[in-house]
Formats: sequence, C-alpha cells, structure tokens
Amino acid sequence: MPLPEGLVAFVRSDCPTCVLVAPVLRELAGGDVPLTVFSQDDAGFPEGMEVLDDGDLRQSWENTIEIVPTLFRVERGRVVEVLQGWRRPDWERLSGVTGLGPGLPEFRPGCGSRTLDPGFPERLATLYGGERLASRRVRLGESEDPFEAMAGRGWTDGLPVVPPTPERVLRMLEGTPRDPAEEVAVVPPDLVPATVEKVAVNAVLAGCRPEYLPVVLAAVEAACTDAFNMHGLLATTWHSGPVVVVNGPVAARIGMNWGGNALGQGNRPNSTIGRALQLVVRNVGGGRPGGVDRATQGSPGKLGFCFAEDEPGSPWEPLAVERGVAPGRSAVTLFAGAGVQPVVDQLSRTPESLARTFAACLRTVAHPKQALVWDALLVVSPEHGRVFREAGWSKARLRQELDDLLRLAGSEMVRGAAGIAEGMPLEMAEAEIPKFRPGGLLIVHAGGTAGLFSTIICGWVSGAMGSEPVTREMN
Amino acid sequence: MTIELIDPTSERVPAGRSVAPRLAGLRGRRIALLDISKPRGDVFLDRIAELLQADGAAVLRFRKPTFAKPAPSDLRHEIAVKCEGVIEALAD
Repeated sequence: MPLPEGLVAFVRSDCPTCVLVAPVLRELAGGDVPLTVFSQDDAGFPEGMEVLDDGDLRQSWENTIEIVPTLFRVERGRVVEVLQGWRRPDWERLSGVTGLGPGLPEFRPGCGSRTLDPGFPERLATLYGGERLASRRVRLGESEDPFEAMAGRGWTDGLPVVPPTPERVLRMLEGTPRDPAEEVAVVPPDLVPATVEKVAVNAVLAGCRPEYLPVVLAAVEAACTDAFNMHGLLATTWHSGPVVVVNGPVAARIGMNWGGNALGQGNRPNSTIGRALQLVVRNVGGGRPGGVDRATQGSPGKLGFCFAEDEPGSPWEPLAVERGVAPGRSAVTLFAGAGVQPVVDQLSRTPESLARTFAACLRTVAHPKQALVWDALLVVSPEHGRVFREAGWSKARLRQELDDLLRLAGSEMVRGAAGIAEGMPLEMAEAEIPKFRPGGLLIVHAGGTAGLFSTIICGWVSGAMGSEPVTREMN
Repeated sequence: MTIELIDPTSERVPAGRSVAPRLAGLRGRRIALLDISKPRGDVFLDRIAELLQADGAAVLRFRKPTFAKPAPSDLRHEIAVKCEGVIEALAD
C-alpha cells in the first residue's frame, strides 16, 4: 500500500526517542502538512492524537523501516526524503515548521524497528514476501513427523535433512544478491534448469547457513559444465563424486576448515556445501543411487566432499591461482574424486626423498599398472609442506619431480606383467608411460600442523573422455 | 500444527512419449548397433551383428566418442533417422 501524502512517521512505544518526540508529533498533527503516524506496538501511542495501528508490521515491513522514529515526506506518491531518529534541524526542514520540540535535546539516535527484532525478519518475509518463492509447496499433515515425511518423499541422502520451511528458504536467499528466479545451471541427469531458489532449498536441506550459498551456487555451476561432466560422474560404476576445493577469502569468512581434520567431519561449511551440491543433483537433477547412479561400491565422500585449502600456511600458490583466478579472489575447484588414500612418510627430511614417497604412492592410484586414465588430487599436509618450503621447492618443481619419477617402464605396466592380468596394452611394453596425463595431477595444501601424513584423492576417467577439473570464480 | 515446506525437487513436466511399435520381424530391417566405447564392446557387437545379419537384418554400426558421457544428440538423431531398431552395447 502506498504511503499517504505529507508526513508519515513510524514509532514504537517502548523506544525512548519515540517517547521524546511524541510532543513534536502532536504539534505536527495540527499543522498545515498532513501527518500520518504508524505505531508498531501500541495503537494508543502517542497519546492524544490519531494513530494508525501497524501491529501486524505490514506497513513497516513494506517500507523497510529499520529505525524508529522514521519520518518520511511524501509528495505526489513519492518519498522525497527520509529521516531516522530525532535531529531538530532535519525535522524542521522536512516539516517546514520551526521551533519544534522546545526543551528537547538537539539530537537523539532512534531505536531498532520491531521488524528487526529477533525472529521477525524471517516471519515477516514469509508473511508478506512469500510470493517471492515460486516452488511448489508441500503441506504436511498434523500428525506427520517432518523428518520422516521428507525421507519418505526421497529428498534425503539417507541422513536427516533440515525442513525447508519458507522462513528458512527466504533466510537462505539472503545469502546472495541473485534473483531467486535466475537459472543457475541445467542439472543432469534429467537436464532440469535449477534456479537460485531451488539451490537454496537444497542448501537448507543440507544444513547450510545463508553465507555458504554463494559457494554452493558456484559449485553447482562448475559441476554442471560439459567439461566436468556431472552426468558421467554420477552414472559411473566407479566410486567417485564431486570434490569441492574452496580457495580465497570466502573460506575464512564462512568459517571453513583447512586445518586439522579438514577432510573429515565436524565443520559445518565443509560438511554441508558438498552435501548441498549432491542434494541438488539428487533432487533437481533426479540422480539417485540405483537409478542413474550406478556406483559399484561408492564412497563416503559422495555424501558431500568439500574442504578449503590452507593458503596462509602453504609453501605454494593456491590451487585456484594456479588455475588462473586472481589472488585474493574466491573460487571453487571441482574434482571428480573417489575417496581418501593416506600417505605416510615420517622419515624424509629432504624434498627428493619425500617426492619419491609421493611418487611411489601416486603410482598405485586406481591400479599400479594403469596410467593416463586416472587423475589425482594430492593434499600435502603442513609438516610435509615444510620440507619443500625449507628446501625452496616450488609447486612446479615438485610436479616436475613427480612427473620424472612417474615415467614408468612399459614392460612393468603391460597386461600379464608381474603375474597380473590387468595393465596397459601389450604394444606399450617398450614405451615409457607417464602415470598422469599433463594437468592430471592437482596439488593443494591442507591439514593439521602435527602429522607427517598427506593424502591422495584418486580421480575418475580423466579429461575429455571423462571429467576435467573445473574452477569457477565466485562473484 | 501443520508445517509447510518448499519442494526441493524438479518441477518440470516431462513430455509424454509413446514407445515405438515393436518390429514384427528382422528381415529387411535396419538395425543400429551402438558401441558405447567400453573395452571389448566391439567383440560383443560383432557377434550380435552376425546373428542379426543371419536373420536378414541390415546392420549399421555407430560408436559413442566416450562411454563416460551421454551420446551426442547428433548421433542419437542419426540413428533415429537411419534405423528402425537399436541395440546399445555395454561391455567391459
């Protein structure tokens, strides 16, 4: 409803500044310019004048009142000026009346509007802003347990999910300036366009906070590219799922873990961002185990696998920077990963020795006699990273060393060699075979400060044949 | 008290399509064999081709660029235009 012409004030009776300006409002009510007063909590306040009851806060919400008193001047249906709190010269100018409030102090800041009291923004957004949400509504019966109802509808990955009430979805959407109706990506396998709103609903399910939503949106965008090939990654019989590596200031801002147990449980953004992506694939894309998801064994990471890189403690440039994102910008990198393979080396004190350990373990990715098919993500811990830092080894130097160490003798790799039928085609027996394709080994830095352990995350079919790692900068 | 939830699932309404009528016989029919590029899929399809040809079918062979991605729409269209039936071979 448009504001009435003239002066319009919003007040609440328990605000000392509103009480202070009550005589001023009474004085203005008798003036030449019409005055309308909306009271947020007491239709009898201020006493002795006509007041409109805004107890349901609709007018306050629609006019985005943040402070009381707020005084508008409305001319021909348009707000020409807004004041918050009490400041005599401003009120005199706006009202055109001089000598307002004799005896009052020159200035008093206002109080918070009732629309901003705890719990109110969400409740009011649902009451008055619910039409922003385009999704179908599901009304549960009085005797239905919401958690059972959601599981019964197939919305979950097997763990309980947070009920996506309109309040929670609207609050989630506060995490992004993007329009809820904007299309984020076309999600496989059903190739369904996912809106910002649908992603937000699934982020609620997953347990995200609103500030994680931009990361989830970027992850969904990256996953649904042709290069990343989420369809194939879902449909494969292999163990893999999308692994989300977060770089840049967003990681610290939303409280992500890149330290102890970074690849494990216990940190909310780490645990829920990757889960939200997987729930989008499940619920929007229609990708479910036993349906298009044909994994033979799967892996626990398919519930959601997300961590941040330890940039402050890293001896090297961050993964996203290495992949073309400007330093200081936030980004996600998606990797088609299939679980965690620990690497121990507690004795190497030189980078040469430690690189040999990495190479020996990397050789076993998927199968020690297979090469070029599988990518890998090497997560170097701080205690291992220190060995390279102290020796002055760049990431490029380490990668070069690993490439050299992982040029493997075809005779050891071919089918039948070492009494193992699996292996590379026989015609490669004389060749020198690199374990990884160019660009097929990613290196990041994360983990706690104690432990001479690192991690290999095995990939899936690599490159154009399968999945290419995809980095997406966040807006 | 009832609770209202926002549906997290897709709201598309897929177009309904009826299944093509079953072929009455194989003689003189054009049958596509789609190799999805899995190792040794060709071994399986070679044998199927022999059997189909023995039954009088004309066999056309097609191949996906990679087993890890859906068949390109051009390939699907080509098969639909040129053939009356299709057998897709999975193999490892």
